[in-house]
Amino acid sequence: MKAKVYVNLKSGVLDPQGKAIQHSVELLGFSGISDVRQGKYFEIALDGSLDQQRALESVEKMAREVLSNPIIEDYRVEIEA
Amino acid sequence: MKFGVIVFPGSNCDHDAYHVISKHVGLPVDFVWHRETDLSTYDAVILPGGFSYGDYLRAGALARFSPVMNSVKKFAESGRFVLGICNGFQILCEAGLLPGALIRNRDLHFICEHIHVRVETSDSPYTNELTTGTVLRIPIAHAEGNYICDDNTLAELQREDRIVFRYCEPDGAVTDTANPNGSRVNIAGICSRERNVLGLMPHPERACEDLLGSSDGRDIFSSLAATVAAAV
Repeated sequence: MKAKVYVNLKSGVLDPQGKAIQHSVELLGFSGISDVRQGKYFEIALDGSLDQQRALESVEKMAREVLSNPIIEDYRVEIEA
Repeated sequence: MKFGVIVFPGSNCDHDAYHVISKHVGLPVDFVWHRETDLSTYDAVILPGGFSYGDYLRAGALARFSPVMNSVKKFAESGRFVLGICNGFQILCEAGLLPGALIRNRDLHFICEHIHVRVETSDSPYTNELTTGTVLRIPIAHAEGNYICDDNTLAELQREDRIVFRYCEPDGAVTDTANPNGSRVNIAGICSRERNVLGLMPHPERACEDLLGSSDGRDIFSSLAATVAAAV
């Protein structure tokens, strides 16, 4: 079983890295972009000792307390069997 | 009366802080390894600058789980003094001892230069020997010093007079051009509600000797030393 955690800056929080990436890809000729936001992605391998619901709760707690800073970031957790 | 300088893996301004306390303030000081949990012999602790845990995940995010941080929280709750400089400020925000967060500088650069900050309040243990409005010339050295917080937190900081330093022009004018990193309302340092915890991005410990280009940081340490002496 694997957990996937996506952490992104909250909307409204300035993302200068996203802006720089947007600028660069536009310079390279990619068009039609209105915004780029850079986030973080974690893959957490689970040893199977927790059932899916418990695993979700545990990883949600991890995402809330460690992987994200709730002042500036949102997170989303997916559990993959 | 004794100071402690907390050393995390990756701290690199710990010796500067130690030097200032021992040589300029003239008080006993120990290095405190982050695995220690007993702070009972100290009256003030400094969380120094650096790159604790390599800034992995977020600046300051992993240091907050170091064993010493539970003790630092209790230490702060007991009314003793906690000074977080640069990475130390980031750790204090991540640990919830100060509100808000420090994100990437708006221009993405690591900025290492002398800047000016204005003392916004002399009502703190760290500025009580200074006059409100005094301009200090102190270096910054950071990539994540852009202070942000929500509107309610900002209003609370303003209402409670907890914004201690703001980036300014040499003449003290607080302008956007004097804001090196995009911090909200030019915030460079804030204190806790009880005023005993201060976090700031500039490095006053690097500005305590004329040879280093400025000695304006000394007043911050002498204010603290006098406050600690009065409290002990």
